[in-house]
Amino acid sequence: MRVALFLTCVNDTLYPDTGRAVVKLLTRLGVEVDFPMAQTCCGQAHYNTGYRHEAEPLARHFSDVFGGYAAIVTPSGSCGAMVRELYPRMGERARAEGRGDTLAATLAPVVPKTYELTEFLVDVLGVTDVGAHYPHKVTYHPTCHGLRGLGLGDRPLRLLRAVKGLELVELPGADECCGFGGTFALKNSDVSGAMGADKVRNAEATGAEVLCAADNSCLMHIGTTMARLRTGMRPVHIAEILASTEEEPAV
Amino acid sequence: MSGTYLGMPAFPPPPPPAFPEAARDAVHDQTLRGNLRHATHTIRAKRARAVAEVSDWAALREAGMRIKDHTLRHLDRYLVQLEESVTAAGGTVHWAVDADEANRIVAGLVKATGETEVVKVKSMATQEIGLNEALEAEGIRAYETDLAELIVQLGRDRPSHILVPAIHRNRGEIRDIFRQEMGEWGRPAPEGLTDTPAELAEAARLHLREKFLRAKVGVSGANFMVAETGTLVVVESEGNGRMCLTLPETLISVVGIEKILPTWQDLEVFLQTLPRSSTAERMNPYTSMWTGTTDEDGPRTFHLVLLDNGRTDTLADEVGRQALRCIRCSACLNVCPVYERAGGHAYGSVYPGPIGAILSPQLRGIASEIDASLPYASSLCGACYEVCPVAIDIPEVLVHLRERVVEGGRTTREGNKVVLRPAKGHAAERAAMRAARWAFTHPGALRTGQRLASRTRRFHPRTLPGPGRAWSGTRDLPPVPAEPFRDWWQRTHDGRDRGE
Repeated sequence: MRVALFLTCVNDTLYPDTGRAVVKLLTRLGVEVDFPMAQTCCGQAHYNTGYRHEAEPLARHFSDVFGGYAAIVTPSGSCGAMVRELYPRMGERARAEGRGDTLAATLAPVVPKTYELTEFLVDVLGVTDVGAHYPHKVTYHPTCHGLRGLGLGDRPLRLLRAVKGLELVELPGADECCGFGGTFALKNSDVSGAMGADKVRNAEATGAEVLCAADNSCLMHIGTTMARLRTGMRPVHIAEILASTEEEPAV
Repeated sequence: MSGTYLGMPAFPPPPPPAFPEAARDAVHDQTLRGNLRHATHTIRAKRARAVAEVSDWAALREAGMRIKDHTLRHLDRYLVQLEESVTAAGGTVHWAVDADEANRIVAGLVKATGETEVVKVKSMATQEIGLNEALEAEGIRAYETDLAELIVQLGRDRPSHILVPAIHRNRGEIRDIFRQEMGEWGRPAPEGLTDTPAELAEAARLHLREKFLRAKVGVSGANFMVAETGTLVVVESEGNGRMCLTLPETLISVVGIEKILPTWQDLEVFLQTLPRSSTAERMNPYTSMWTGTTDEDGPRTFHLVLLDNGRTDTLADEVGRQALRCIRCSACLNVCPVYERAGGHAYGSVYPGPIGAILSPQLRGIASEIDASLPYASSLCGACYEVCPVAIDIPEVLVHLRERVVEGGRTTREGNKVVLRPAKGHAAERAAMRAARWAFTHPGALRTGQRLASRTRRFHPRTLPGPGRAWSGTRDLPPVPAEPFRDWWQRTHDGRDRGE
């Protein structure tokens, strides 16, 4: 099976380890991974800040780059939700503005074949035990767009429970937003910072070494808040945990 | 009794600051944060249990949404039907296009009775139009009789929650307000009043009882209006509403035009979803229904003031109109992480929380600083949409309103089609978004930027000065890696750069 990796602009620029982990994990599971070099950004930040018309060229670009693949895998709940939930809405809005079906028709092919990583593993590949080994105490934060947008449910937890050596501890208030919210973090920095601090305190209370999530945007917010609050915890993307093995452990 | 102060602080109040500034104080007020966290988490958990025990909740939610959408689509017809039904039942219907007109009508009706005081049932619509202040200006005293509204009124305060307006107060604060203020307004608080809930409730009961028995005019809102019979419905917990609706000789109800339901059968859906969503009760203690007037029972005169005040403008917007489905349950406030930390006052409106963030900029427009900032008062986490009993996709409307702020465009104000200009203060952001769009449609440019960031990474600071503090006030800057993923991929994989 051959899939396209849509890494996302944030991961490409700031979190290449997550990208390498996805490639390693999927390759180990017998999936051929391609990284189309022309990929950039899904347009989520533009769309959610109110610049829908600026997001449209990015969505068309996404469709041009990924339209030819049978499956598109992304290690980001929010970028996955952008394509799956909001690309159809962008098409509808363009139609409502009297611009016809062109945008909807352009975006339609990529919508059903875009999968968030844990969805792809559990639903398409049908695996929960990916042969990972990660001897650490971990707590899991379900990010909002993965949880409520894509409906990832307990897929990430099922994957984590099957990891050898991993001790999973429950995060109090897990389903509450970490306070990132893209440009919200800047526009309402006081509230965002307070939400982040509360999330970090809840994570600390678990005694875990690692806070794991399936979205590096949220982990960036949580992790940089942890750094500021000088907690001993680390933020780690779920892909890096699932890619880790006894022979090649994640650091 | 104070002869001058009768409601909220100075009227008209100064324009509220933009949301982020208003929220700043609340975020750093530890008492307020504690009060809000305790209250919202308690109601949140109770609501979840009350909803979980209904096997057909999803179907009820869907039905509620459909009934409301149908009614709004045919609002013209149902409003006329309601007017006919209410009139046939002995009531009088008045139409108010805005707050001023509604206030003039109510003040005129009270004056015509010769009375100078009214008792009020908790009502969002009358707060929206500032009725208490308008009546005060006409020499008419309005007494709030809902326990929480009483606390707010006695405390010279503003409500901060739709359902529990004094949610920002704890028991100790309420006891102090009762002790200090009740005597100014009527029967004083009992000697030695403590902060136990039972004693506080008894103090309020004694204080309010004399007002119920004396008042000749009652003012209410309504949760629902049934078009087929002209019946109004008030759903409440305390029984004070029942007192105000039945004891006075004259009853004046001010109700938003979106509160209509076509039939009693439709009402059945909402009488299941509203109590569970708001107070987490299977059924609320008091449901009062009245149809016009009845000889020798209840008020002898009944006036219904139908309020538009921006609702028709909101209805004209095909994305934003879903906000008019709202039944004011406040479930969205109780799950909102932003509301929990910013408090209700930061929203600068009687409608706080997520629903307020989409209602106020539509009812009032986005000309003011607060209204232009409200669509951004959300991380778009989606918890509000999940609990909404009429499935208002609040994040969708928030993003739609952000677009109206930054792009301007066609909208409806006071019944007229207008074209809004993009809001001021977004020029730098707009330029950044355009630059990002350009880079993201030119992968070569993106790559150059990524490499530049990686190669200069040793010189990156951990914090930023000036406007950058919006990020680094509470967070470090994320470290930039030695190379972006795409460079690693090109080095280690096929090396072909097909995209460029």
